[in-house]
Amino acid sequence: MNLLALPWVELTVVTPLVGAAWVALRADQRRAFYGAVAFSGLTLACALMAWVAYAQVGWTHSEPLAAALGRPAFEIDELSAPLLPLVALLYLVTTLATARTKMSRVAFGGLLFSAAVRLGAFATRTPWLLVALLVVGMVPTWIELRARGKPTRVYLLHAGLFVALLVAGQAVAERVDPAVGATLLMLAVLVRSGTAPAHCWVVDLFEHASFAAALLMVAPLTGVYAAVRLVLPIAPDAVLQGISVASLVTAVYAAGMALVQREARRFFAYLFVSMASLVLVGLELHTPVSLTGALCLWISVPLALGGLGLTLRALEARYGRLSLADYHGLYEHSPTLAACFLLTGLASVGFPGTLGFIATELLVDGAVADRPGLGLAVVLASALNGVAILRAYFLLFTGSRHAAVVPLAVTPRERWALVPVMVLLLAGGFFPGPGVESRHRAALTLLRQPAAEMPLPGEPPGR
Amino acid sequence: MTDPETWLAGLGAGVVLLPLAQLAALGVPPLFGVRLGERFITRVVQWTTGLGLVLALAVGAGMLAVGDGHVTLSAGRWVELGHDYHFAVKFLFDGLSVAMVVLSFTLCGVIGAFSARYLHREPGFHRFHVLYAVFVVGMTVASLAGTIETLFAGWELVGLSSALLVAFFHERRLPVRNGLWVWSVYRVSDAALLLAAVVLHHVAGEGDFDKLLGTRSWSEGVVPLTAGQVWLIGGLLLVAAAGKSALVPFSGWLPRAMEGPTPSSAIFYGALSVHLGAFLLLRLGPLLEASPGLSVAVAALGLATAGYAALVGSVQTDVKSALSFASLAQVGLIVAEIGFGLRYLALAHLIGHASLRTLQFLQASSILQQHRSIENAVGGRLPPGTGVLSRLVPDGVRRWVYLWSLERGYLDAFLADYLVAPFLRLFVWCDRVERWWTDFLTGDASRESDAVELHPEEEEVRV
Repeated sequence: MNLLALPWVELTVVTPLVGAAWVALRADQRRAFYGAVAFSGLTLACALMAWVAYAQVGWTHSEPLAAALGRPAFEIDELSAPLLPLVALLYLVTTLATARTKMSRVAFGGLLFSAAVRLGAFATRTPWLLVALLVVGMVPTWIELRARGKPTRVYLLHAGLFVALLVAGQAVAERVDPAVGATLLMLAVLVRSGTAPAHCWVVDLFEHASFAAALLMVAPLTGVYAAVRLVLPIAPDAVLQGISVASLVTAVYAAGMALVQREARRFFAYLFVSMASLVLVGLELHTPVSLTGALCLWISVPLALGGLGLTLRALEARYGRLSLADYHGLYEHSPTLAACFLLTGLASVGFPGTLGFIATELLVDGAVADRPGLGLAVVLASALNGVAILRAYFLLFTGSRHAAVVPLAVTPRERWALVPVMVLLLAGGFFPGPGVESRHRAALTLLRQPAAEMPLPGEPPGR
Repeated sequence: MTDPETWLAGLGAGVVLLPLAQLAALGVPPLFGVRLGERFITRVVQWTTGLGLVLALAVGAGMLAVGDGHVTLSAGRWVELGHDYHFAVKFLFDGLSVAMVVLSFTLCGVIGAFSARYLHREPGFHRFHVLYAVFVVGMTVASLAGTIETLFAGWELVGLSSALLVAFFHERRLPVRNGLWVWSVYRVSDAALLLAAVVLHHVAGEGDFDKLLGTRSWSEGVVPLTAGQVWLIGGLLLVAAAGKSALVPFSGWLPRAMEGPTPSSAIFYGALSVHLGAFLLLRLGPLLEASPGLSVAVAALGLATAGYAALVGSVQTDVKSALSFASLAQVGLIVAEIGFGLRYLALAHLIGHASLRTLQFLQASSILQQHRSIENAVGGRLPPGTGVLSRLVPDGVRRWVYLWSLERGYLDAFLADYLVAPFLRLFVWCDRVERWWTDFLTGDASRESDAVELHPEEEEVRV
């Protein structure tokens, strides 16, 4: 039996769903945790196999299942093949790094369910299925906020706006006028991506939700995926420029805001908004170089900021939420976490030797080619984010000294969650070739064809 | 490739790889919880730096013996996107780079040996040497860079290690604040260099020095650019060099950087890092040659910096600050020499000055003892030094110049009050507006972060 012929894409979506059901039936939270880790690991394995099957023999989906359904519900292409393992990895490391003291407060079933929905969204190119999954993807977070007794109005208003714009945009694009539909879809994407002035919900989410839920809600950059699948194929130039300008303003604005935040989660939220906006900037410039840069950033930003988020979460597990209004001097007791913070933070802004370096270079290159002013703004946002990261590092880890009565060093589970992230960031920095070439092929495919004409099921990847 | 060239390339590869091996040996084990002893760290530093120096000297001697003044070591094109973009990692061994890398290994070896004793049993012994290893990698990469992108990578690594070493005594606040200030200035410098690299790529189609400047001697290249392009790229390079070498108006960070331990002050601000801006101008000297106006600007900036540093340095009351301004005055003169086209003189000046200043910085901690020894030897107090010029200047002017110098030309105050403060105030105001908006949407106080304890680490530890 050919192992690659198994329906890996479908298994990637179904495995966490089964896991969610299994975990939901466990009363013991520790068993639920181990189950969640196991199912997340299995999901990552399936996603990796799907990628291998695509890269080796060009299988994008399972033929028998597609024949049974009439068309493939879930399939991958050059763009989404590495994104599935990325999303699965984020879920795995977030689950794995959960501190023992916080286990009772984490809904592992909900995490697995949202993983299934998110992976499903990243594994579909069928517009209405994607729309449905994007809508469903907003629900678990709302449930979590409600369950924690937190205010939900800001989230609900923005989620409602996103859903309304998304559904209306897709309906109008299909039945009335693609240009108007694209504009509505563009607005939906801007809301989902946290583009100013609709970015408040992202910061508010980090204020009220658990760090894990908030991180996994934004880290995979689902809004960017919606932009690629729904907006890019039909958008007139004006719409693309609109996204580009709004994202660029957001990137600089959020970078500036990250500099003045007085609490660690808010700093992280603004940093994320800024970096995610840079991905959108590159995407909408619509040139091979900028698009390749954006697609590379799409890998490096979630990975790097995922690692940074996990580091902050680990600190929160020890000390509670951390103010950035004064120095904490945590280095002495958590030097490994300090190193992780610095490395992942700098990787997120494209520091040399990390995955984001080439991505940022490509993005700046593409932006300068389009309009020099754009390039300047991208560099400005990146520079400000770099300053914000070191400021946060100094405030959290230095400037003071305190005596701890219990060991506060990184735990083995946290280490095993963070080390792979750092290894991937560094490996991507020193051997960027294969990754960038894969993103370049995806960029060319996106530029050449509208989504409806992207490689057909069973067609070999464009190489 | 002929045999001697193969040999030289092999030796050159050793020169590049040894600092990387040093960084890996010191930086990776702690991520896996392995603690390194002082003896191991010292051995690694001694062997890698010593061997690196030997190999660098061998490359230089080999080049002289073969009569080849230009050896290129290519790590291949890491990224190639058709004709749109390529990222090549290339190292160039010529008169300039070999001189610089030999100087780097020599002085780093001296500092390595000195710091093994100076920092003995210091809690940050390992941290210092990891950052020192980052610096050695950065200096080697920047010195030998064969493309402007490779130079940029080394440039950023030097900047990061510099800022973190300024904040080395990180349980105190002042070094940390100064480290952040240094980092912020470096980010401006980095941004300018990145833009210069991207613009150079666009207008010349190449970032490779040998293709851009030709394969003649490093001081005789010709740049195929228009006057406008030269001004744009040259201007950006000048900003980058000014930030890195503390030229006016960025000079204020240099005395702040003296908060670091003496060995790092010596290697960074007496010897290598502070000369990196001058090195950049030397490397791209043919660009200056193509524009007399730009050359005049470089010379004027150098002379202004030298004059500023001479005045301000004369009123400093601590030895490290006085040395830092003395160092800056010489850097200013070196930059002026580059502007006047005296590039060999500038290189010789750079090497001589870096060596002398390293020695002076390393002696700084025992300067009082030396002073007393001299006084004991002459049998009385040493006379205070008063210049002839100061006697010729009217009292009022002298007093004004004294105050101006004491305030370090108000450069830092100007940047802090008229650039940084308004910028931060703007974003604090934006934060207030956002608070009002989310409070309005929530219908209540929206920020949980307001209730975050200032110092949770001082409370009962939660784990």
